[in-house]
Amino acid sequence: MTHLPYIAGAYGLTLALAAWLSLAAMLRLARARTRLRAVEQQAGRVRRAARSGP
Amino acid sequence: MDTTTVAAEDATEIPVPGKVSPRRPIGGLLHRFANPGRFLRLAARLQPWLNAIAILLTGWGLIWGLFFSPADWQQGDAVRIMYVHVPAAWLASVGYVALAVCSVLSLVWRHPLADLAAAEIGPVGATVTAVCLASGSLWGKPMWGAWWVWDARLTSVLVLLFLYLGHIALLRAFDEPQRGYRAGAILALLGAIDLPIIKFSVQWWNTLHQPDSITLTGAPTMSTSMLWPLLISALGFSFGFAAIVMARLRAAVMEQRLRVLLLARGNASGGAPA
Repeated sequence: MTHLPYIAGAYGLTLALAAWLSLAAMLRLARARTRLRAVEQQAGRVRRAARSGP
Repeated sequence: MDTTTVAAEDATEIPVPGKVSPRRPIGGLLHRFANPGRFLRLAARLQPWLNAIAILLTGWGLIWGLFFSPADWQQGDAVRIMYVHVPAAWLASVGYVALAVCSVLSLVWRHPLADLAAAEIGPVGATVTAVCLASGSLWGKPMWGAWWVWDARLTSVLVLLFLYLGHIALLRAFDEPQRGYRAGAILALLGAIDLPIIKFSVQWWNTLHQPDSITLTGAPTMSTSMLWPLLISALGFSFGFAAIVMARLRAAVMEQRLRVLLLARGNASGGAPA
């Protein structure tokens, strides 16, 4: 294959950046979902405690 | 999916501080997706399909282009860079069109998701534009003998990269997010003038960059054995772009809701939010 370093560089860079973007998006989504779930659970507990209180 | 996840994605309204929800939006579709809770539910169902289609099509297109398509009689195997360069160039422009559409939705209809979508499209668009420029440079060196030339096509795409970066910077330049979104939307609309310049640069000026091989009006000027892997790769990249933006947008909507809940909790307890 002619010009192999240039071809490998172009494909490598593209795939590396695509993988980085995908991984960053997935991790951010998982982190947001986990934090939101924790806060909503906590808010639910506070609401239930307020309702059952005096 | 457990109950707490359903609760997060079933949220019907996510208030955006300082933003008025559209009372009479134009068109049912616009109104339908103005609801972040509905968007989250739909996006959660679409996401796995988008991911799978993107991976399959991109893999198919790139493997076909890299190993099974013919080499060019003049450029040799360097033409295989086309299978990453052209889809990246296509997405750089289409991503900016999406950014401009979101800006119109934000400025005219105050669509609650448009600002968040524009903020999430920007970094992804900037990355594909950088990929387009870098892969073009790697193609240019063996073909033209130079990594970079101040050619009209290359320069206008570089301007597009600066527009994306300017949009990202502008969104973060204000203490009040709504002002940043508004300034970013205006910049995105003004910058849209660069898109026809990119498209027609190879016709308006005498450029080193080759003219378009695929147009909407004429027959393609390349062999079908190269055209098919290119189209499949471009389709795969497009689905990949949509999948990444959708995942980022889902995260942004959840982060927005999180901020609102923490703010409400801070107000209720009379102190600063945690």
